[in-house]
Amino acid sequence: MMSAPRREALLWLAQRASAVVLALCVVVHLATMIVAVRGGLTAAEILARTRGSVGWTVFYAVFVLAVTIHAPIGVRTVLAESSGGHRRRLDAAMTAFALLLLAAGLRAVYAVTAG
Amino acid sequence: MSTLSVRVWRSGPDIAAGGFETYEVPRLPAQTVLDVVTYIQRRIDPTLAYRFACRVGMCGSCAMTVNGKARWTCRTHVQAVAGDGALEIAPLARFPVIRDLVTDMREFFDKWTRAKGEFVPTATRGDAFAAVEPTSAARRAVDAAIECIGCGVCHASCDVVGWNPAYLGPAALNRAWTLVNDVRDGARTARLAAVAGDAGCHACHTHQSCTERCPKKLAPTASIAGLKRASAFAALAGEIE
Repeated sequence: MMSAPRREALLWLAQRASAVVLALCVVVHLATMIVAVRGGLTAAEILARTRGSVGWTVFYAVFVLAVTIHAPIGVRTVLAESSGGHRRRLDAAMTAFALLLLAAGLRAVYAVTAG
Repeated sequence: MSTLSVRVWRSGPDIAAGGFETYEVPRLPAQTVLDVVTYIQRRIDPTLAYRFACRVGMCGSCAMTVNGKARWTCRTHVQAVAGDGALEIAPLARFPVIRDLVTDMREFFDKWTRAKGEFVPTATRGDAFAAVEPTSAARRAVDAAIECIGCGVCHASCDVVGWNPAYLGPAALNRAWTLVNDVRDGARTARLAAVAGDAGCHACHTHQSCTERCPKKLAPTASIAGLKRASAFAALAGEIE
């Protein structure tokens, strides 16, 4: 079992590193949406771009992974500070939250890229 | 002569419910908030309890909440904060109150100990003097943070201290940072482990209320950012188990 200082230091580092990845992913995602929405948008248009594309699969899988790391660490802090400050008690719930995000995210990536 | 209407927090073991009482104080030029509190205690109500010592901005004993913000009362001119004549004086926030304007500083200093804020020597009297290059990056970092006199203004201003009572706080962490950068100190790894715990440096959200309010113009936020980096890399390098 890891000590509290080691865990908190590594979680902080993971939060920062995933934030860098998210910053890049969000910029690409926003730019794509702005370009794609010009002249209207249909589901068929989106799927024509993402279906069978290795590039989009990798991009969105990385995006999902970054969110899976970043969001639960952040929510852990917010919930802890709203309830007296104890972070450790939330570890199990936050791990579950991370797995949920991973499952839902990868399922969505599969849905738009497979086939 | 005009007067100032001053609301002062009164509470204590012998007072059922704490609350603000209003006093009328003669307004004088170049008057400080400490002058006002002293006038009330000496001329109006001798039961008012408050702390001060040097009254010239060197000791940090007179820190109180003035119109909602933590300040040194000896260095706060009434004119600067109560232009419209409204002055409200309360004890430092986020400290237990002993009575009136006097707070219990014990937990504040206990946090310095928990953050390992004391120097651990490595040399003996038989060794040569330590050579500390004043222009080195490490010494510059220490010099920028070393002037803290433990007044508690940063602690009283910190949102995270309010949300997480166990949070070590800007003063204790700032002191730890000066020791992490002290080339003579022998407990760097243990100190980084001490500041990186559950309620340690990583809890800081960089709101910078501490840096904004510090009467010595220190930047605890910068010190804490340094501790975050140092402890993260120490954890990666396996120095923190």
